[in-house]
Amino acid sequence: MYQYNELDQQIVDERVRQFRDQVQRRLTGKLSEDEFRPLRLMNGLYMQRHAYMLRVAVPYGLLSSQQLRKLGYIAERYDRGFGHFTTRQNIQYNWPELEDVPDILAELASVEMHAIQTSGNCIRNITADPLAGVAADEIEDPRPYCELLRQYSTFHPEFSYLPRKFKIAVTGATQDRAAVAFHDIGVRMVKNEEGEVGYQVIVGGGLGRTPVIGEVIRPFLEKPHLLSYVEAIMRVYNLYGNRDNKYKARIKILVRELGIEEFRRQVEEEWEHFREGAMMVPEEEIARLQSFFPSPDYASDAADDRSFEAHAAENKKFARWLKNNVSAHKVPGYNVVSISLKIPGTPPGDITDQQMYALADLADQYSFGMISATHEQNLVLQDIKNADLFAVWQALEPLKLAWPNIGTLTDQICCPGLDYCSLANASSIPIAESIAQRFDDLDYLYDLGELKLKMSGCINACGHHHVGHIGILGIDKRGQEFYQIMLGGSAMDDASLGQWLGPAIARDEILGAVERLLEAYLVHREEGERFLETYRRLGPEPFKEKVYAQNH
Amino acid sequence: MPRIIKKDQIVEDTWVQVGASEPFPEGDILVSLERWQAEQETLQAHAGRVGLCLIGKDNPRELKGLLDQFALIAVEFPKFADGRGYSIARILRDELGYKGELRATGDILRDQLFYLMRCGFDAFAVREDRDIEDALAGLRDFSVVYQAASDYTSPIYRRFGRTGA
Ligand code: SF4
Repeated sequence: MYQYNELDQQIVDERVRQFRDQVQRRLTGKLSEDEFRPLRLMNGLYMQRHAYMLRVAVPYGLLSSQQLRKLGYIAERYDRGFGHFTTRQNIQYNWPELEDVPDILAELASVEMHAIQTSGNCIRNITADPLAGVAADEIEDPRPYCELLRQYSTFHPEFSYLPRKFKIAVTGATQDRAAVAFHDIGVRMVKNEEGEVGYQVIVGGGLGRTPVIGEVIRPFLEKPHLLSYVEAIMRVYNLYGNRDNKYKARIKILVRELGIEEFRRQVEEEWEHFREGAMMVPEEEIARLQSFFPSPDYASDAADDRSFEAHAAENKKFARWLKNNVSAHKVPGYNVVSISLKIPGTPPGDITDQQMYALADLADQYSFGMISATHEQNLVLQDIKNADLFAVWQALEPLKLAWPNIGTLTDQICCPGLDYCSLANASSIPIAESIAQRFDDLDYLYDLGELKLKMSGCINACGHHHVGHIGILGIDKRGQEFYQIMLGGSAMDDASLGQWLGPAIARDEILGAVERLLEAYLVHREEGERFLETYRRLGPEPFKEKVYAQNH
Repeated sequence: MPRIIKKDQIVEDTWVQVGASEPFPEGDILVSLERWQAEQETLQAHAGRVGLCLIGKDNPRELKGLLDQFALIAVEFPKFADGRGYSIARILRDELGYKGELRATGDILRDQLFYLMRCGFDAFAVREDRDIEDALAGLRDFSVVYQAASDYTSPIYRRFGRTGA
C-alpha cells in the first residue's frame, strides 16, 4: 500500500498540531462553538445527538494490519470499545471526548492516517472498488490513481469551500463495485479502441434528497490528464454551483440545470487554460505510485490444494460460509474472503476493538497484512490461499466474524438514524436489528438469493435507500415513526433508482411488510430470477397488493 | 486607520472602499466592477489610485488585458463558506497574469488564510472583531503542500524528487 514519505508525514503532523491548537482555543473559551464548528468539521468531528462523533478517513478503503490495530486501540482507549464502518469505507467513533481528539489524531498520524476532509464542503475521502488489485475483471489497479487524487484533494486551496460536499469514486474493473454512477465524479478505467487504458469520467451522480444517476462527461480521458480534468470540473462547480440553497448545492443540480452538453462545454473550455501545463501527471509519478501496490508474492502452486473440499463435505457451517462469503480471485488458488459486519445483535457496520485486533493478526498471518473496507459496510481479506480457508474460517467463527450472510437480505446497509443522528426522523438500527433477528434462517436467506436492503432514517439518504432492491426510508408522521418502502433500485452496473411502493407504514408493521414483500417475490419469481429482476419484470403491482392487502 | 495583513506584515491601510452610490472621496479608492464599468470617465480623472473590488458573481475574465491599470484588486467574501473568491483569485493570477496586490476582504478567518495565500492573495483585511496577529499565524499552519496553485506552479512530485516503494 502507499507509504508516507517525510513530506506526507509532515502534512498530517502539522494538521494534528493545528487542530490541537484549535481545540485548546475552544476549551479555554477563545473560540465560540460557532467559530469552532467549521474548524472541527474540517477534521471530521461532528456533534451528534449525545456526543461528538469522529470520522476517520480510510483512503479508498485500504487498511494495513498495523492501521487496523490502531483503530482497535482507539476504540478501546478513547471510545466504548467499538467503531463503525460507513458506506464510504471510513470508520466512525461515536463517543470520543473533545479534549481527547487531538491525541486520537496523533495516534492516527503515527500510522499514516488522519481525519482530514471527512466532513465539510470539500473533496471527501476517495472511495474505490473494494476488490481493487485482486478482481478478475480488472483492467488496471485503480489504487495508484486513488492515491494521486487523495494527494491532489488534500487541503486543496481552491476547493475547500465548495458549495457542498464532493465525493469521488474510482474503479478499475468492468463490473462496478464502487457505485461510480452515484458520485459527484465517478472515474472508471477503460480501454479505448487502440487498447490504451484511460478513464471514463462520470459526473453529477448522487443520492440524498434528489437522487440522480451520473452522466458520462468524457468517454475517454488520457491518463496524464486526470488531475487537470478534475480541476476543470471542480472550478466550474465552485464558481457556478448553487450557494443559496443547500439542497440545490450539489453538482448534480448544476449539471441538470445546464444539461450535460453545456456543462461539458464549460468544463472543457476551462480545461483548455491549463490542460497541457504543470498539471499533466508525468509517467514517472504514475510509476512511482504504482510501485506501492505491487502484486504480492503469490504461491504458484496454491491451486493444487483442495483440502477445503473435504472440510466442506464434513462441516456444514464451513460449507455455507465457503459458498457464500468466499469469492473468486484473479490468481488461481487464492480467494477473496468477505467478513460480514451485519452480525445479528449488533448494528450494521459495527466492529469491536477485540475483533479489530484479531482481524489484524489474521491479515498478518494469512493475507499479506492487508484488509479492505467495502461501501456495503463489510470488510474483506483479499488474498486467502486455498490451503488456509479452513483455518481462517475456524479463527473467524468464534470472533463472530464468519456470519455467512454476504449479499443476502440481512447484509443490509443502514444509517445511524435516531440512535445517534440529530437529523433523523426515525430509527434505522433497531429496524435493521429486528430484520436480522426475524430472518436468521440461513437456508431461507439463501433461497431468497441476492437481495440488497438499504435503509435511511431521513431523506438525506445516508443509508442509500434509493438504490436498494428494497429501500426503506424513515419519516416522521405527526410525531410517530413511519416508513416508506421503495423497490427496484440498484447501485451496480444496471444502476437504477427505486420507485415508491405506496403509503408509509407504521413502525410496528414494517417487519410484516418486508415479510409480505418477500412472500410476493417467492410466489412470482421465475427460475433463477433475483428479487430485482422479478420486480423489473412485473412492476410494483403484485408487491403492492401483497403488502397493503393485509393492512386493513 | 484600519490594519491589514500585507505580504506577511501588519500594515495600515490607506484605501477607501466606496459604496454603490457614494461620491468618490479623495485618495486611493476601491470601487465595484459595476461602478468601474459604468463610470470610467469620472474614474479616469480621479486624482488618487483606483482599485477594484470583485464579488463572487463577477467574471474576472472580463478584465483580460486591463489588469495593468489596477494597483489593487480586492475580492469580497460575504461568508467564509462562499469559496468562489478562491477561483477568482487563481484566474486573475495564474491565467490573466495579474501582478498587483490581491486582497481578500470580508468574512475571512485565520483558518482560511493559508488557502487564500495559496490561491494568490497577498493581502488580507481580516474582520475587525478578529485578532489580526492571531490571523497572521494562520499563514504558517503548513509547510508542505501537494498541489500546484498560485504559490507553486508545480505539484509536489515535480518540486521534490520523490522515490517509490
Ligand atoms: S439518513 Fe438522515 S438519519 Fe440517517 S444518518 Fe443520514 S442524516 Fe442521519
